[in-house]
Amino acid sequence: MFSLESITNSIHTWLNNTFNPTLALIFEFVIVGISVITLFAVLGLILVFMERKVSAYMQIRLGPNRVGFKGILQTLADTLKLAVKEGLTPDGADKFLFNLAPFVVMIVAMLILAPIPFAKGFQIWDINIGVLYVSAVSSVSVIGILMAGWASNNKYSLLGAMRSGAQIVSYELSAGLSIISIVVLTGSLQISQIVASQENGWWIFKGHIPAIISFVIFIIAVTAETNRAPFDLAEAESELTAGFHTEYSGMKFALFFLAEYVNIFIVCSIGAILFLGGWMPLHIGSWQGFNHVMDYIPSSVWFFAKVFFLIFVIMWFRWTFPRLRIDQLLNLEWKYLLPISMVNLLLMTLIAIMGWHF
Amino acid sequence: MFEEVGTTTEGDLMINVGPQHPSTHGVLHLVITLRGETIIKVEPHLGYIHRSIEKMCESLSYRQFIYVTSRMDYLSSHINNHGCALCVEKGLQIEIPERAKVIRVLMDELTRLASHQLWWGAMAMDVGALTPFFHAFRERETINEIMEETCGARLTMNYMVPGGVMYDLHPNFQKRVKDFITLFKSKIDEYDEMVTGNVIFQNRMKDVGFISKEDAISYGCTGPTARASDVSCDIRKLFPYEVYDKLDFHEITATDGDCFARYMVRVQEMRQSLSIVEQLIDIIPEGDFQAKTKAVLKLPKGEFYSRVETARGEFGVYIISEGGTTPYRIKFRSPGFSNLSALDHMARGHKIGDLVAIMGTLDLVIPDIDR
Repeated sequence: MFSLESITNSIHTWLNNTFNPTLALIFEFVIVGISVITLFAVLGLILVFMERKVSAYMQIRLGPNRVGFKGILQTLADTLKLAVKEGLTPDGADKFLFNLAPFVVMIVAMLILAPIPFAKGFQIWDINIGVLYVSAVSSVSVIGILMAGWASNNKYSLLGAMRSGAQIVSYELSAGLSIISIVVLTGSLQISQIVASQENGWWIFKGHIPAIISFVIFIIAVTAETNRAPFDLAEAESELTAGFHTEYSGMKFALFFLAEYVNIFIVCSIGAILFLGGWMPLHIGSWQGFNHVMDYIPSSVWFFAKVFFLIFVIMWFRWTFPRLRIDQLLNLEWKYLLPISMVNLLLMTLIAIMGWHF
Repeated sequence: MFEEVGTTTEGDLMINVGPQHPSTHGVLHLVITLRGETIIKVEPHLGYIHRSIEKMCESLSYRQFIYVTSRMDYLSSHINNHGCALCVEKGLQIEIPERAKVIRVLMDELTRLASHQLWWGAMAMDVGALTPFFHAFRERETINEIMEETCGARLTMNYMVPGGVMYDLHPNFQKRVKDFITLFKSKIDEYDEMVTGNVIFQNRMKDVGFISKEDAISYGCTGPTARASDVSCDIRKLFPYEVYDKLDFHEITATDGDCFARYMVRVQEMRQSLSIVEQLIDIIPEGDFQAKTKAVLKLPKGEFYSRVETARGEFGVYIISEGGTTPYRIKFRSPGFSNLSALDHMARGHKIGDLVAIMGTLDLVIPDIDR
């Protein structure tokens, strides 16, 4: 099976043979840092373009089709526009926090990229508590949003930030519980092991009923956590005009925007890793021939195909559903999703103990 | 007047919604007082696009002043023109030809359909779904094309004149309208599938913005806003004009009085308007499209009032004439103004997100409110 592991290994060996271990490690850090920033930018460009095309498709429009072939350079043009715009800081705002907020949100998004395996053996940091790390770090981004809303000296922003705080903190519970249900099945918090455990079938098939329930809850919860419609109450353009980022312009706004799209990518990768096998090809139990054929497709293709499928689903939500009201949003979480996911976790534990999964 | 619910306390948040806000559908300024996310008070502030249309009309002749009214409720411009033409005809006691009557009703109903289509899209957009807006515009475009062909304009038509209509119908008119009827019959089912049946949408609309029958009457609400509270107020049924008394259509009312009732009334009205167009399109009588009138109209001394049913409610035209070539005084009774006055009553105690939904179901057109 073709994998990127050989590339990373050869770079690692070459660096260690050429320099002393400390220097080699520093060089590796630098390479990873540059790769993450590049990935951040590239993902932003691709996802913004994808969002426009998907929305145009749903709304019987053409979407961008002028800049470059089929409008593919449109997002580059947008970036240029945002880069040359003046970044205003409103009068009366808390200048330090106002300027810090977009960086907090962006840095959090970059940090969560660490344990995600983009292909077989192509992972920045295979930490043994990977899943826990992702859930812990992802909750920090709410601080950035609250900071932005509070420091803006704007009532719309403040309302948006408060909504976002209530929303993200609540939905993290359901998202966390559905992640734990897969951890219960796998018996490990390490992402490489979770992927490896799906070698003879993805958890959504092997874990049957409770896995499907947690998958659905996970998708709903992460849609809410990333502030996407129908849970986009933090920005709610028809009510709060733009919510927490009303006062941000130019590159500062772009950082929020980029972070939002990278967050979508991240949550969809986590969904793909936990439920759809990550980079693992579609394997079915003991069908050696079939599994072998599936192995011919590179692992990175599997990973990105699954992730982009989930991203498409989340975009589909956005362009079809109306927005919920804040009390309905919290009701949905506390009265429905959370109890269901708790019961589901018990069910999952039972199934894991009794070995009733495939 | 509203001491108990309307009093503000320290810590309440005052927010200016508008005059430039995506959900006020124009330059409406609402000062809202919030306690958390709950609305304590809503005060509409008008005057941002005031053009004193009534005053302007006093210096325009009876043929000219009708054009100004297209610029008021620009989504019902045909019906506004119709109301003014009716009032002048009443003063002059002109009987207009049968053909003109049918053309007027056809145009009115097509306008109502186009207006409700736009409202439907905007309503969905207000509660956060952008896609229906584009779908509604796709169908509205076919009506706009019909209007463009016959009247030469897409929005401010100026087609109805005292004595009939300005030009005869375009030769393509019947075929195009029939095509539209076939198209829209399937699309309106799609509308229901896409928005009406959606759980989130229903949860956003039901039990929100309630107004009782008594309150609706006392606030002077008309049109679908009042009919959703079980007030029978369809001018086409109560005081039929042109050929409405010969047509087979229902006055749609609902009893719930909430946002969803107002939504359903409008959606069903679209079906009724479609049926009226369907009934008339094959029986447009031959003959003149305009009665013979003098070049300069002079209304006899006296007071004249006429009313029509626009897409938003009752539109009244009140003319005081001193016998000259221009009106001495004109007063318009526009539906949006009275409907807006009930906004505070409907919105109190609801969340800020509901305010947007309530405004959406009132179907506000700001120049109609702020003349």
